[in-house]
Amino acid sequence: MSRRVALEASHAVAEAARMADVDVISAYPITPQTHIPERLAEMVAGGELNAAYIPVESEHSAMSACLGAAAIGARTYTATAGPGLEYMHNVLYVASSMRLPVVMTVVNRALSAPISIWGDHSDAMAVRDTGWIQVFCQSCQDAFDMTLWAFRVGEDRNVLFPVMVHLDGFTLSHVIEPMILPEQREVDRFLPRFQYPFPLTPDKPMTHGALGPPDIYSEAKIAQEVALRESKGVILQGWKEFGDIFGRYYHPVEEYRTENAEALLLTMGSYTETAKIVVDERRDRGEAVGLISLRLWRPFPFEEVRRTTKGSKVLIVFDRCISFGMGGPVFSEVRSALYDEDARPKIVGFVGGLGGRDVSEEDFDYVISRGRQIAEEGSDKMIETVGIR
Amino acid sequence: MVRLGEGLVTTKEFLAEGHNFCTGCGESLAIRMALKALGENVIVANATGCAEVCTTPMPYTSWRIPWIHTLFENVAAVISGVEAGLKISVEKGRLQERDIKCVAMGGDGATSDIGIQALSGAFERGHNFLYICLDNEAYMNTGIQRSSATPYGASTTTAPAGKFSIGQVTRKKNMPAIAAAHNIPYVATACPSYRLDLMKKVRKGAEIEGPAYLHVLVPCPTGWRHGGDMTVEIGQLAVQTGIFPLYEIEHGRYTLNADPPNLKPIEEYLKLQGRYRHLTGEEIEKIQEMVNADYALLKEKVEAFPG
Amino acid sequence: MNVGNIITDAGNASFRKTGDWRTERPVLDREKCIKCALCWIYCPDAAMKPGDDGYYEADLYYCKGCGICARICPVKAITRVEEGEK
Repeated sequence: MSRRVALEASHAVAEAARMADVDVISAYPITPQTHIPERLAEMVAGGELNAAYIPVESEHSAMSACLGAAAIGARTYTATAGPGLEYMHNVLYVASSMRLPVVMTVVNRALSAPISIWGDHSDAMAVRDTGWIQVFCQSCQDAFDMTLWAFRVGEDRNVLFPVMVHLDGFTLSHVIEPMILPEQREVDRFLPRFQYPFPLTPDKPMTHGALGPPDIYSEAKIAQEVALRESKGVILQGWKEFGDIFGRYYHPVEEYRTENAEALLLTMGSYTETAKIVVDERRDRGEAVGLISLRLWRPFPFEEVRRTTKGSKVLIVFDRCISFGMGGPVFSEVRSALYDEDARPKIVGFVGGLGGRDVSEEDFDYVISRGRQIAEEGSDKMIETVGIR
Repeated sequence: MVRLGEGLVTTKEFLAEGHNFCTGCGESLAIRMALKALGENVIVANATGCAEVCTTPMPYTSWRIPWIHTLFENVAAVISGVEAGLKISVEKGRLQERDIKCVAMGGDGATSDIGIQALSGAFERGHNFLYICLDNEAYMNTGIQRSSATPYGASTTTAPAGKFSIGQVTRKKNMPAIAAAHNIPYVATACPSYRLDLMKKVRKGAEIEGPAYLHVLVPCPTGWRHGGDMTVEIGQLAVQTGIFPLYEIEHGRYTLNADPPNLKPIEEYLKLQGRYRHLTGEEIEKIQEMVNADYALLKEKVEAFPG
Repeated sequence: MNVGNIITDAGNASFRKTGDWRTERPVLDREKCIKCALCWIYCPDAAMKPGDDGYYEADLYYCKGCGICARICPVKAITRVEEGEK
C-alpha cells in the first residue's frame, strides 16, 4: 500500500534513492545537504539499502567517483550544495559531455563570500551551462518524485545525461511535510534497471574521454547540444509515465490561475508556494494576476514559457541570484526566450531571497505592484530588489 | 610468449602501435611493459597528461583494454568509483564475479600535485586498486613545467636555470613515503630500464588486496633533453647512482631490490641531460651529498624495518 | 561520432604510420644477433617484431627511429642508418 507519511524533504530524497535501489553513493557532506548523505549512510549501515557508500574526501572526488561508477554501469547518486557544487564544477561538464547518467540532488545554497549556509539560487545559476538536465522542486512530494523521475530520464538509452534536482536549502530541504510514499512495486514498474550501453569491460574494450582536436571538438559539442535538447521528449514521457503510475503529473512550466491573467509572476523553487498565496489574495480582489513556475530549467522550456505567457501584458520574474554585472539570470533568459514573440509581455525582473533572506507574502505583494508600475512607467534603478535594505 | 631472462612475457601488445608519444619516450615504454604484466582483465583510468594525449587523439585510440580519462586532478577518485561500482554490481548480481584489476595511471603532476588529495582519499578508503605514477619529473605534456617531483637543480620552463636561479630550488617530493604513510599494503619504485623488475612489481601491486602504489621513473628525451636513444641507459644510471633506488615497502617494511656495492658518481647521470647542463662543479657536489644522504637514510630504514 | 565520443574500435591507432617520423632506421646484422629480445622489450613503439625465424626486426611502418635498440643491443648487432641511404 502506498502510504501517507510526514518526512523531511532531505529524508524524502534519500528514501527515493533507496527505493530506486541505487548502486553507488559517492557524497561529501555540506550544509544544508547533510541530512541526505547521513540518512543514506544510515540506510546502508542498517541494511535497508544495498549500495556502495564512498565517503569521498571532497565534492570534486564525489562527482569523479560517480563518473567511474556510472561508466561501469552502476546506478549512481550524489548530493551537494552551494560551494560544494562549485568545487565539482570542472567535473560537471565532463559528466554531461561523456554522457554519464548520474543523479544529483542540489540543495540550493548561497555561494561565498561572505560565507553563507543559507539558501538561494546562486549555486544553481553558476552551473547553467554544464549540460545537465535540471529541474526545480517546490515540496517534499515534489523532491521525492523528481528524484525517482531523474533516474528514469537520465539513464534512458535515448538520453544518457546526468540530472540535477534542485531543492531550496533549509526552506525546503529541512521542512517536514506530509507526502505519499509509493509502494516498491510501483517504483519498480516505473524505473527499469540501468543498462548503460557502453560499460567499461574487458569483454569489449572501449576508450572513454579521448582528446578532441579542433577538427572534431565543435561537432562533438553540437551533437551534445542536440542530444540535450532532444531529451525533452523523454523528459515529458517520463513525467507522463510517472503520472500514469503514481497519479501526480508534472510539467516543464506549472501554471497557477493564469486564465486571462494580465500580469504573471514567474518563480522557481519553494518560494512559489508563498507567491501563490498572494496570487490568490489578488484574484479574490478581482485582479487578473497569475503565476508560472519553472520546473524544467535545462533544457530550457522555450515552448512552454512562450505558450504560458501569451496574452499577458506584464511578466514579473523573481530571481534568487544576481549574475554579477548583468542582473537576474532567470530574468535574462526568459526575456531572451520571449524576444522574438509577436506579442510579448513587458518583462520586469526582481532580485531577492539571497543567502536565506526570507521573501514574505508582503514582499511578493510588493513585487507584483511595483512590477506593474515599472511595466507602465519604466525605472531608472540599476537593479530592482525586494526585501533588501 | 617471449623468454626474457627468467621471465616469460606475452607478445600481446595492449598499447597499440601508432601512438603519438615522442621518439624514445620512457613513459610509453613503461606503459607498454605494465600492460603486458596486467593482461586483459583490467580497467585503466588515466589522468590528463602525456599518456592520455598521445594515446587518444580522436578518432584514434592506442588502448586495447577498457580505458577512461576524465580530468587531470581526479584519476584516483574515478578509479575509486570504478572499483566500488564493480564490487557492488557483483554483490547485487548485476555483474558476474570475475577478476578485473582496477588500475589508475597518472604523471607526477597528477599524482603529487593537483591529484594528491584524491589519491590520499583513495588510499585512506582502502579501495582495491593499483596506482601507477609515471614520473618524468615535470609537467611534460604542457611544456616541461616544474612539478613537486622535479629534482633539485633541474631546469624546467617555470623554474628555469638562470643568473639568479639554479632551476628547481626545492627537493623532490617523496611520494612513495607519502603513500606508505597511508599504511597501504604495497609501495614500490620501478623504472622501465629494469624490465622484469617493473613487470613483476606491476603484477604484485595488481594482485595485492587493497591499495598499491608504484612509482615509476620514466626518462623523457624531450624534457630532460637527451637523445631518444639514451632513455634506457639514463634510467639505468638513475638507479646505479642511487638517485632513484629500486625498493619495496610492504606494510611498512623495506626491501632494497638493488644495492650496488659502489654507487656511480651522480655526475655520470647528470651530464647526459640538458636540464642539468647549467650546474657548476660545486652544485654537482652538493647534489652528490644529497643523493648520498638520501640513500644512506633509505638503507637505515631498510635495516630498521626489513622486509 | 559515437555518443559521448566513446571510441569503440580498440587499438585503431595502429592505422597511424608513425614510421614517417623517422630520420634514421635500425638495421640488423643477423650474424651478430643472439635473439635475446632486449630490442623487442625496450622498443617504446612495439615496432620490433619477432620474425618466424626468431630474429627481431623493425616494422618500418611504425618505427620512429629512436635508436634505443641500437644502444642497448648487448652485441651491437643493430646499426642506425640514415633514411635515404641504403
